[in-house]
Amino acid sequence: MLYYLAKRLGLSTVVVCLVVLVLFSLLYFIPGDPATIALGPRATEEAIARYAEKMHLDEPVWRQFLIYIGNALTGDLGLDVFSDRPVTAIIMERIGFTLALVGAGMGWAMLLGIPLGCLAAVKPNSWIDRITGVLSVGTIAVPSFLVSIWALLIFAVHLRWLPAIGAGEPGQLGDQLSHLVLPAFAIGLSWVGYLARMVRASMLEVMGENYIRSARAFGLHPRRVVFGYALRVAILPTITLIGMGFGGMISSTVFAEIIFARPGIGKLIFDSVMARNFPIVQGAVLVATGLYILVVLFSDILIAWFDPRVRESL
Amino acid sequence: MSENRSESETGVPAVDATGLPDHVTEAEIRESAARERREKLRMFLTNWQGLTGLILVTVFFASAIFAPWLAPYDPNALDVPARLSGPTLDHLAGTDQLGRDTLSRILYGGRVALYIAAIGVSVSLVTGLILGMIAGFGPRWLDSLLLLLFDTVRSFPTIVLALATVALTGPSLTVVLAIVIITSIPQYARVARTATLTLRNTDFILAERSLGAGMARTLLHHVMPNVVGPLLILAAMEVPVVVTVEAGLSFLGLGVTPPTASWGTILNEGYLVIRDAPWMVIAGGIPLILTTLGFTFLGEALRDIFDPRMGKGR
Repeated sequence: MLYYLAKRLGLSTVVVCLVVLVLFSLLYFIPGDPATIALGPRATEEAIARYAEKMHLDEPVWRQFLIYIGNALTGDLGLDVFSDRPVTAIIMERIGFTLALVGAGMGWAMLLGIPLGCLAAVKPNSWIDRITGVLSVGTIAVPSFLVSIWALLIFAVHLRWLPAIGAGEPGQLGDQLSHLVLPAFAIGLSWVGYLARMVRASMLEVMGENYIRSARAFGLHPRRVVFGYALRVAILPTITLIGMGFGGMISSTVFAEIIFARPGIGKLIFDSVMARNFPIVQGAVLVATGLYILVVLFSDILIAWFDPRVRESL
Repeated sequence: MSENRSESETGVPAVDATGLPDHVTEAEIRESAARERREKLRMFLTNWQGLTGLILVTVFFASAIFAPWLAPYDPNALDVPARLSGPTLDHLAGTDQLGRDTLSRILYGGRVALYIAAIGVSVSLVTGLILGMIAGFGPRWLDSLLLLLFDTVRSFPTIVLALATVALTGPSLTVVLAIVIITSIPQYARVARTATLTLRNTDFILAERSLGAGMARTLLHHVMPNVVGPLLILAAMEVPVVVTVEAGLSFLGLGVTPPTASWGTILNEGYLVIRDAPWMVIAGGIPLILTTLGFTFLGEALRDIFDPRMGKGR
């Protein structure tokens, strides 16, 4: 396990370094002066000179890169072009909104999708299995940003049940929760179907195993057999799926935040792209990508913890 | 065939030129292959998902290709007095804030989607196929290097990478295409690599190698025909992703530039007037959903018929 852990961690570190390299070199792939590109056409001479100095643009490229990595490791992602505030502080203000949204979206999808998958697997070809099947195929194919727009149209604009934009007044939990409902619904919807069919497929496989038959023969309550024994094994492929799908989750979070004007990381990246505020784009993209890498790493370690066979395969 | 003949010339007994046991004739083999093909066709024709998918996909292709003849108006023709009208006999899907006919814009938007899907999917499929086969067949270090590259690319959430790139280059269809290709190559490459790895030590590949065939010949003539099937199914499943990315980026104003019509720009313009003209986001979303549904249904039906082991839930 330790060997696997070390190897897996090493791999993630290399990938993170490459990600930083890609983000860093994006600036240099584009022809032109990096400072002008990063600050946009409206930047003043003075701002460009200051930026050039701050980013050490007079140094060779490889040194600039090392300086950037070194700064990033100590939590320094540069300064906002317009306000001169540290990028790290700006990201920290916003990241809570994103994490709450991702957590809520994933949370309700798991709470609904996993039991649905179990029920469908326990009674194959029953009405609940059929409904789950149709539901999952239907929801998987619908782009999440369209769900966001239509949810906004139906529940906020037409029915006026829920607020359309913003994240709620700070400090008022009820208000903040009501602002969370629609975006969380939008990003979680396709995951309900996704999780349900994944759990169903692996559950069907596990239910045929000998130890499940034994558990049944011992007279355990069917609910106990399904949720206590079978699900424990059947959930493993689903954990991998959740880890891998987290990137898509981040993409749909970006859309949901923009559509519902929620001040998270996604909205931050989008606004900074529009304002051509490249240090923030660079920093926020790095954080979002790092988050994804962390989640995949965590899910891989979790799987290896549960399933010794995985440890051998890396 | 030629390699089998040379094998019998070198004196391998018991097996005739076709490599079959004596009592099975070639005609019988052909007959059984034809029977299998008929069986698969029958499976497809009785699969409501596959048929629905096929119809939707056909409609998508036809409406995009014949858009200039089908569209009732020029997609950019202004009719200011009729601006923001709802569905009427003159404008079946209503008009936007400049009085342009939404139905015509949807039909022309389908061309953008088709363009991105056709080029994006085919280029990434071919590149992914080649890289994947090289990773699976080449030396170990090359395999590790390519895997590391794929992992790095996959670590970026697609939309986040697109945002970072557009921040520097500005919005354009070419950038969207590049992002789509770069982010989907690893998908194809991984499938091709896994399939190649399992083929690598099969008898017919070993025989080919021992006869002195080079890597290019082996891959092109013997590995590729066996790998390309699952990739084509994957391609059908990737079309919705590609179309969604294009629509999403255009929705954010980062894809096609005005006045070009795209499903994403229609949704964007509709989002801005969602309180006054809700039918625009409805009309703009329907073709997107039908297209993604169509390709998902088709891809899943094909997968279930040709490759049942690929499992549910990708």
